[in-house]
Amino acid sequence: MTQQPQQHAFNPYTENGGTILAIAGADFTVIAGDTRQSEGYSIQTRYAPKVFKLTDKAVLAVNGFAADGNMFVKKVKQRLEWYRHAHAKDMPIRSIARLIQTMLYARRFFPYYVYNILGGIEEDGTGAVYSFDPVGSYEREACRAAGAAQALVQPFLDNQIYFKNQTPAPGTVFPQHLPLSTVLEIVIDSFTGATERHIEVGDGLEMYVVLSKNSNALQGLRADAHSFQEVTSTADGERVFVIRRDLKKD
Amino acid sequence: MDHFPTNWGRPRAEGFDAYATHPIHQRPSNTPRDAFSAGVQRTQQPIVTGTSVLALKYKDGIMMAADNLASYGSLARFKDVHRLQAVGTNTIVGAGGDMSDFQYIQRMLDELVIDEFTAQDGHSLGPAEIHEYLSQVMYARRSKMNPLWNSLLVGGFTDGKKFLAYVDLLGTTYSATTLATGYGSMIAQPLLRKAVEGREDVLTEEEARKIIQECMRVLYYRDARSLDKYQVATVTAEGVKISDSLYLETSWSFAEGIRGYGAQTQ
Amino acid sequence: MTSIGTGYDLSASTYSPDGRIFQVEYAGKAVENSGTAIGLKCKDGVVFAVEKLVHSKLLVPHANRRIQTIDRHIGLATSGLLADGRHISNRARDEAANYRETYNSPPPLKAVADRLGLYVQAYTLYSSVRPFGISTILGAVDNAGPSLFVIEPSGVFFGYNGAAVGKGRQLAKTEMEKLKLSEITVREAVIEAARIIYLVHDDAKEKEFELEMSWIGPESNNLHVHVPDDLFQEAEAKAKASLEEGFE
Repeated sequence: MTQQPQQHAFNPYTENGGTILAIAGADFTVIAGDTRQSEGYSIQTRYAPKVFKLTDKAVLAVNGFAADGNMFVKKVKQRLEWYRHAHAKDMPIRSIARLIQTMLYARRFFPYYVYNILGGIEEDGTGAVYSFDPVGSYEREACRAAGAAQALVQPFLDNQIYFKNQTPAPGTVFPQHLPLSTVLEIVIDSFTGATERHIEVGDGLEMYVVLSKNSNALQGLRADAHSFQEVTSTADGERVFVIRRDLKKD
Repeated sequence: MDHFPTNWGRPRAEGFDAYATHPIHQRPSNTPRDAFSAGVQRTQQPIVTGTSVLALKYKDGIMMAADNLASYGSLARFKDVHRLQAVGTNTIVGAGGDMSDFQYIQRMLDELVIDEFTAQDGHSLGPAEIHEYLSQVMYARRSKMNPLWNSLLVGGFTDGKKFLAYVDLLGTTYSATTLATGYGSMIAQPLLRKAVEGREDVLTEEEARKIIQECMRVLYYRDARSLDKYQVATVTAEGVKISDSLYLETSWSFAEGIRGYGAQTQ
Repeated sequence: MTSIGTGYDLSASTYSPDGRIFQVEYAGKAVENSGTAIGLKCKDGVVFAVEKLVHSKLLVPHANRRIQTIDRHIGLATSGLLADGRHISNRARDEAANYRETYNSPPPLKAVADRLGLYVQAYTLYSSVRPFGISTILGAVDNAGPSLFVIEPSGVFFGYNGAAVGKGRQLAKTEMEKLKLSEITVREAVIEAARIIYLVHDDAKEKEFELEMSWIGPESNNLHVHVPDDLFQEAEAKAKASLEEGFE
């Protein structure tokens, strides 16, 4: 048999690990991601952010192929800046969600290999989470996990946020929305859990908290429990905070 | 621009054509077309390659190292190749991967630096700008399915701040206190992290040199595409310095005692 | 002018019966009416100096430069229409970059002057274009050492030891002839250049002007850059002082 020249096609994609999630509350949203970037068994860096503040009411988490993710975030930010120049205000989150769909689907035949989760505050003041697949299919949800440890984290969230497979005590109902302190505990537990069981998750955790106008979600939160760093940039009323924590580095 | 007015577009009909029944004839195209486009080849694999590049942050800036070998497959083809390149006054770029692609990158960077210089507007390109530029070029080329087959480290020092970042043929970027490309990312990176992480503001140049040298030595023992002849560059407040070629001292006497592979067990 | 009204001066693509191209000569007039620019080729480098006429006090100081950098080691000064000067310097940068791309070495000044001369000449051939209203002084320190060229609106270019174009060129040339250009250093030439520009400036006719100077030499690492501030101040002060002496 004659030997055929072996075609070795260039593969323009890779996977860079990590996990992201977002949970919507009544008047707040938490968007989080770990900061490890890896390829195969190698940790490339212990700090590469996957969660990006777009506006004071929208935060985008990207996970998958890091180069595509960074380019995609760059292009979304650019479109939001153009919107600001044209309309003298920030784009509402539902419009950002549709914009992201359009941008992802425009690359239907050479997709951005990225899972997006968009979290923030809707115009009516409610917490919102939009999740996307790489080619732009999207929906609004109360919570979503994506990335390397999605299979570990999403069932946990289903149980803790949607109370799946739980029965309420007689005469009680499960709450529609959880308070911020509970949500933060769930996020932290999700990531410490994922870090234990998934090699591509770890190093650091970045949690963005977006608060609705006049939200009192911060009240009743133990002041020393988390180190909030405020990153709000307008006086529109919505506020954005980052909480950074260490995760195991092994 | 197409200077033929006949190609500038015309109304579809002389009169009104509500149902768009007027045929559009194919007009001659005057846009340049490459008759050989089917024969254009893209880099599908690297040919003449350089191996690892190492870099770390230390007290005064950043230090980078790469050996002088360019391999042709397993053949040690060129033994005096410079894989560290100064760009502007306070940036160093180190390259692994295809050396012809790297030479192309060097030309691009030189043109970029001259463009910036001739503007004479008081601006200059620092390491962050060079890295961003390279990232955009590398990502754009991978998106055309015609990558520049390299892993690049960009290091520098501006306004009292150290900069060290990576970019490769996929456009993947990241930054850390120690970086290594290729085999170095598996063999040297753990050693570098152990020696440097958390000490990047106290390590002296002498200590940093020792760490780099030891890593280059380990790589020379373990990486069959490496050479014991290498260069070390530093970028500090004083600017870029690239050393002459240095030589590693190695000892292979232990090889005598190795037994137990394959048929030879005695 | 006798040519006016003859009809032979309306296009650069038409000769007059006695073999002249009036449009090119008119372009020369545009140069003669604008601020002086000089270039000095010394033993270790090249110095440029320009008398930039400031037509309004509202202009930002140091804006609208007439000395441009073409490559690391090549500088250019123009006299004539400012916009034409900018166009020609952009073209010169492209030519220098193209030479680098083709030959992977820094372009010798002669190569750039040659290409730029051909480019300028092309604008004397067609009725649809207007010749450049500038004279261009090109200077560099290349492999062959310092060199200096002047390109005129016709496209001709010559090499010089000292070059002057613009309004005060005659007096400037006379002054430069007194210098031993092949013996002085660029540092010394900077002082002379400033003096000459101040000397040729006619403050009876023109109001304000700004001195602009650049050099290529050992102290600039053979790069074309504006002369350092302290030297510039020194040269300008000495130039003013020598003017005072002249009046006494």
